[in-house]
Amino acid sequence: MLVVAEKVSKQFMGSKVLDSVNITINKGDRIAMMGPNGAGKTTLVRAMLGFYHINSGKITVNGHDPVKERVKVLENISFIPQLPPPVKLSIEELLLYIGRSSGIPRERVLQEAGRMDLDIQKHISKPFFKLSGGMKQKLLIAIALSKESDLLIFDEPTANLDPKGREKFYELLTEIDESCSTLFITHRLDEIKGLVNRQIYMDLGKVVEDEKI
Amino acid sequence: MKNLFLVAYLDVKESLRSKWFYVYSVVFGGLMALFFISGVSDSVVMGFTGLSRMLLIFIQVTIIILPIFILITTVKSISGDRESNVLEYMLSFPVSLKDYYWGKMLGRFLTVFMPVFLALLLGVVFGLLKGGALPWKMVFLYSAFLFSLSFVFLGLAFFLSTLVKSTDIALGGSFVVWIVMLAFIDIGLIGLMLQNRMNDGLIVFLAMLNPIEVFRIGAISLFDPELTVIGPVAYYILDTLGSTWLIIYAIFYPIVIGALLSYFGYIAFRKKDLL
Ligand SMILES: Nc1ncnc2c1ncn2[C@@H]1O[C@H](COP(=O)(O)OP(=O)(O)OP(=O)(O)O)[C@@H](O)[C@H]1O
Ligand SMILES: [Mg+2]
Repeated sequence: MLVVAEKVSKQFMGSKVLDSVNITINKGDRIAMMGPNGAGKTTLVRAMLGFYHINSGKITVNGHDPVKERVKVLENISFIPQLPPPVKLSIEELLLYIGRSSGIPRERVLQEAGRMDLDIQKHISKPFFKLSGGMKQKLLIAIALSKESDLLIFDEPTANLDPKGREKFYELLTEIDESCSTLFITHRLDEIKGLVNRQIYMDLGKVVEDEKI
Repeated sequence: MKNLFLVAYLDVKESLRSKWFYVYSVVFGGLMALFFISGVSDSVVMGFTGLSRMLLIFIQVTIIILPIFILITTVKSISGDRESNVLEYMLSFPVSLKDYYWGKMLGRFLTVFMPVFLALLLGVVFGLLKGGALPWKMVFLYSAFLFSLSFVFLGLAFFLSTLVKSTDIALGGSFVVWIVMLAFIDIGLIGLMLQNRMNDGLIVFLAMLNPIEVFRIGAISLFDPELTVIGPVAYYILDTLGSTWLIIYAIFYPIVIGALLSYFGYIAFRKKDLL
């Protein structure tokens, strides 16, 4: 089992954002996670990535605690955030950071980006935040796909993409290794229906539905 | 450890491109250069009082500019990264919190201290070219004081921005700390002493706690121990400690406080939610 979350609760300033959540993610799971705004989806993902100290319960990723052993946990996870962050580093520097910290070869990222019709080389010395919204998103996707991980987490990855970019993105997803699990947070199930084999529905900080499809 | 230097390197590169760094370099480095060029090398021409006045102005400017510049830019960048989710993305890669925090600290320190140091070098080169004998000991000690002053405020900035989540509150907090410290340099202290008939020992103690005052006494004593502008409290401290101990204190006290504050900041970074 890749991720095990048992009775995970998290409060922000007194309000329960995660309320005793139980989830296990196995090898090869392709999950679509849905739920209304504010349901706690992003919070759950951030807890798995070790950003939050949960109030009760337990999370392990590959048997490791995300907070105490964050390096071991993050070595095997690729993550795309909900909104592209306004990183001030140039693309060149960002790729250096990623390459050194996670061992992702730069050429690999350029190649993946190329497959989404993004020519990064042209913008290599631009600050990341000056790219267009869709270009940022594509680069983040290229980075995530280049990283050899057991688990890909996408928090609404297609929000900024034009229809063609979206199509390309889904095409790339079909090539992801069988053994790699994926977790998509999305509001448009129809788009990724063919790519997932399990769907989880969250509301008010609880998992209200979890079924194979 | 390898990621620590990576984070530091990238932070320096990012700062080198930012506007605040240019303003800072021009204002501070320029002043420093001006001071060395006109002050030290022309001291023969200007006479001793002329030089002292020059130095005094420079020290006062340092006292005001350096702390607030360090506080604002550092707090803005650290809390800003968290609020804009840059931190979320950067920390989704396998980098330990230790490497990230201390790497940022190292990078920041280099960017803050570099212009000052380069300006100093510039001054030295200029002085050598002019052929005057350089006051090496003074140059060295003064840079040590600047080092300590930068360090303590950097520590404070890291402490505030990891402890307080919101950029605005952290910035507000920095302002308050800065204003209080500025108000409590010698002039403020005398006022307090006169009005409230406070215990002299307490006032001296307060003065010794304030890194800005410590820097001020140290720096002024270095140039002119007899200077009356220094203020009675400072004079009293100088007289009691002796100039050697005062210099040692002025170098190490801020470093110790800065190290403690940045360490507490690190603890908060690890023990609290990152976002
Ligand atoms: N750092 C935080 N501090 C305080 N409250 C927070 C924090 N992060 C999230 N929340 C609150 O937790 C709740 C759940 O937020 P979360 O981002 O997990 O929702 P979500 O399911 O991802 O929603 P969306 O579909 O809009 O992205 C919200 O009410 C939000 O205001
Ligand atoms: Mg969300």
